[in-house]
Amino acid sequence: MDELINDFIAETRDMAQALSGAIVAWEAAPDDRARLDEIFRFVHTVKGNSGFFDLPRLQQLSHAAESALAEVRDGKRPADRALVNAVLAVIDRIGELVQALESGESVGSEDDEQLIAALSPEAAVPALQPEAPPAADTESKKAVRSIRLSVDLLDRMMSGVSDAVLARNELARRLRDLPRDVAIEAAFDRVSQCIAEIRDAITRTRMQRIDSLFAGLPRLVRDLSADLGKQVRLQADGGDVEMDREMIEMIRDPLTHIVRNAIDHGIEKPEKREEAGKPRIGSLKVSARQAGNQIIIEVADDGRGIDGEALVSKARALGLLTAEQADRLSLAQKQALVFSAGLSTAGEVTAISGRGVGMDVVRANIERIGGVVDIDSRLGHGVRLAIRVPLTLTIIPALTVSVNGQCFAIPRSAIDEILRVNGGAVRIDPVGEAEVATVRGRRVPLIGLPELLGVASGASRDEQRIILLKPAGGDVYALLVDAVHDHEELVVKPAAPAVMSAGLYAGTTLADDGRPILLLDPSGMAKCAGVHFEEGELDRHLAAGTEQAEAKARETTLLLFRTLDGGRRAVPVGLVERIEDVPVSAIGFSAGKLRVALGGRILPLAGCAAAPEAEKLRILRLTDGETEIAYGFAEVIDIRALVLDLQGAAVPGEVAGAFLVDGATVELLDPHWLFALHADAGAGQAVQPICALPEGDPWVDNMLRPLIESLGYRIAKAGDPADILIALENQEVPSDANVVRLRAAAEGEGSVYRYDRAALIGALAAARPAQGAAAGDRKHG
Amino acid sequence: MAELLLIARLAGRRIAFPAADVEAVVELEGLSPAPRAAPHVAGLSALRSRVLTVIDGLAALEAGRSDGIVRDAIVVPSGGHTYALLVEEVEDVIEANAPPVPPRAPLGQGWDRVSLGMIEAEGELFLLVDPHQLIAGPAARAA
Repeated sequence: MDELINDFIAETRDMAQALSGAIVAWEAAPDDRARLDEIFRFVHTVKGNSGFFDLPRLQQLSHAAESALAEVRDGKRPADRALVNAVLAVIDRIGELVQALESGESVGSEDDEQLIAALSPEAAVPALQPEAPPAADTESKKAVRSIRLSVDLLDRMMSGVSDAVLARNELARRLRDLPRDVAIEAAFDRVSQCIAEIRDAITRTRMQRIDSLFAGLPRLVRDLSADLGKQVRLQADGGDVEMDREMIEMIRDPLTHIVRNAIDHGIEKPEKREEAGKPRIGSLKVSARQAGNQIIIEVADDGRGIDGEALVSKARALGLLTAEQADRLSLAQKQALVFSAGLSTAGEVTAISGRGVGMDVVRANIERIGGVVDIDSRLGHGVRLAIRVPLTLTIIPALTVSVNGQCFAIPRSAIDEILRVNGGAVRIDPVGEAEVATVRGRRVPLIGLPELLGVASGASRDEQRIILLKPAGGDVYALLVDAVHDHEELVVKPAAPAVMSAGLYAGTTLADDGRPILLLDPSGMAKCAGVHFEEGELDRHLAAGTEQAEAKARETTLLLFRTLDGGRRAVPVGLVERIEDVPVSAIGFSAGKLRVALGGRILPLAGCAAAPEAEKLRILRLTDGETEIAYGFAEVIDIRALVLDLQGAAVPGEVAGAFLVDGATVELLDPHWLFALHADAGAGQAVQPICALPEGDPWVDNMLRPLIESLGYRIAKAGDPADILIALENQEVPSDANVVRLRAAAEGEGSVYRYDRAALIGALAAARPAQGAAAGDRKHG
Repeated sequence: MAELLLIARLAGRRIAFPAADVEAVVELEGLSPAPRAAPHVAGLSALRSRVLTVIDGLAALEAGRSDGIVRDAIVVPSGGHTYALLVEEVEDVIEANAPPVPPRAPLGQGWDRVSLGMIEAEGELFLLVDPHQLIAGPAARAA
């Protein structure tokens, strides 16, 4: 925290210094919008930071100044001399307080109120004249614990040291040719060691784990959500990604703003979330990863999303957009309006984040370091913001490998494992033109680096090595190389465009002996070799999309889970239709069995003897293709592809046998026994409403149909009567049908966006005349 | 204005580069290939602690490859990267007599793209070549 607060002090002081010009210019021309924005951003940033560091005086002052300036920005009040003076007085006071914070003194707080009162439009008192800022003598009162260096200087030091390393290597080569001289060698060794130490130190001055950026987030999230009466679960990933210190500092503020905005404006209150059919606890995911020559920091929430239309009308009202311009905007462009200065959809202004103003600061700061901010949002479903910053001058721990004597580097972060081709752990099978490696029962595509690079391999297959790579956002694949050499810490710089165009490289670097080496880009290689992976694979694992895993090893892909009584069990993934949370109220004893009501159907419930105490029960929906049963459990442990070495159970029962995973026993469910016991034939189908789908549309066949079926609907055969008719945008339908209409565009009315699963489920349920009737039938019949 | 010219030989012709664009003339030590990079990229080399992207001047003109020919290279910083332009020989630096004039006739496929005009120096007429265009390579022609 000390370090953070020192940064805050130094930064605020720098900003105040840089701002002094703007303040003077604004005083001369109070109508200058650009100056006003600049000053506004300053007080906004101070407000945000002081809130974070719990400095109430600073926060009060900056909040008051911000409010006054916001009114000016909105055109609600003129920037008269009294206001300018009052704002200047507040900014000076902020400077004093920050200085006091640094030297540990205190500044009288009596006239804070007066300063704030002077900001109000009715201020009758003459505004305080700004005092001259305290002279530099206060600065010497306390020893400064850190200094700030320009990155240029660090760059020069870095390249100087790199040169020194190369010169040392050259000298070492020369010395080897001379007759040995112990004294010279000792001296040389000392020089070598010094250079290595300096290099290390300079390298470290520049690099920092992104952890230090994430460290403040949990507290920030906790405090914010407590203040706002919201519940937020923060998940931070990728803290071990290393980044240029300068970059981290540049990203700190934007990231804080983004997180604030996400909690304040994005994530709804628990009650609202429940109404919208979301879990009470909002999810906020912050992740960092390296992709190619960029670092991507992503902040995703599952809140209410950005209302593009509201932004457009706000922008129109402020005169930032004309009607014609607004009409031409795409949805993404509308959402990007959130980055415009002074725009926000937030209904009320709070002390927490404010007026959407953060976002223009965010973009300005990111773009200053050559980065890009992407925003992607679906109304009602949350926002995903990605900050992409270049990877220049980052140190990457890498593995050097070679093909036919030529060296390449692979970022170590992407490497899962290194294996020998002729070792027992790997089997390679040709599949058509391609090859597939099987590593301990797990099948992964195999890419030969020599073939990928178009060079001849210099080693026989037996001598080659296999590197299992797991690129960011992708799935594991195996890379075949001639030889594996060494781990090195490499300073990576972007390669020339003509080299990057190959799509295989993340940058260039110099090895210790001065040879240039190309850094391979693991996801780029996969793409070039035509191995495609879906993004967000992990998320999908837990939802519906186990297709990939299934396709690779159908018979051995298992879902490992913890039962309600704490045991470890597994079930073949192919049997799992989906995983769902059901309210305990939906569970009941009927017809001699525990059953759970799910979307108009009643499924037998296994896995628990009685309805659990908790509010909700997580269930696996298992299917044999015809009938479904629910299986209550506590949590998913993992999804694993395994070669089963099953110890059969003594008596037939719920468990077919036991096997070992990572040294622990796991029981395998016996689905046959389960279905035989629980699934009374036809129980599920009796209440399945029938759905008619448009025919001959591949999207319908491949995507919609499985979804509809998984929701418990039966698909009508052509010509059969149906309860619900699902129609595409322009399809003609009989007027008396219950129609659910789908559209391809995300925004629109009178129909359902075809990827909006929740809305689709809702629409189907609403359009379901048979639901009541079917349930009624059962009661009476 | 007297412009300084670097006279070099490429594809058998004597050509001039604006000396202001050229940082140094070096003899390359070692060349690491860059597989699947653009065809006019000969590979990578190092100059002190910098990585040089080596451009094959002949390939940039689409006039073959300069494999095995003398490794004289002109170091040109361009677009934030440093390039080494392979030529057959670097001769001299001389002063131009007059500003360049546009050539009156087509120069031939590769040359048209890289030409900055004709320039006279010490009584001889040279083709003034834009090293940045050579670096951009054949692919840039479409743009």
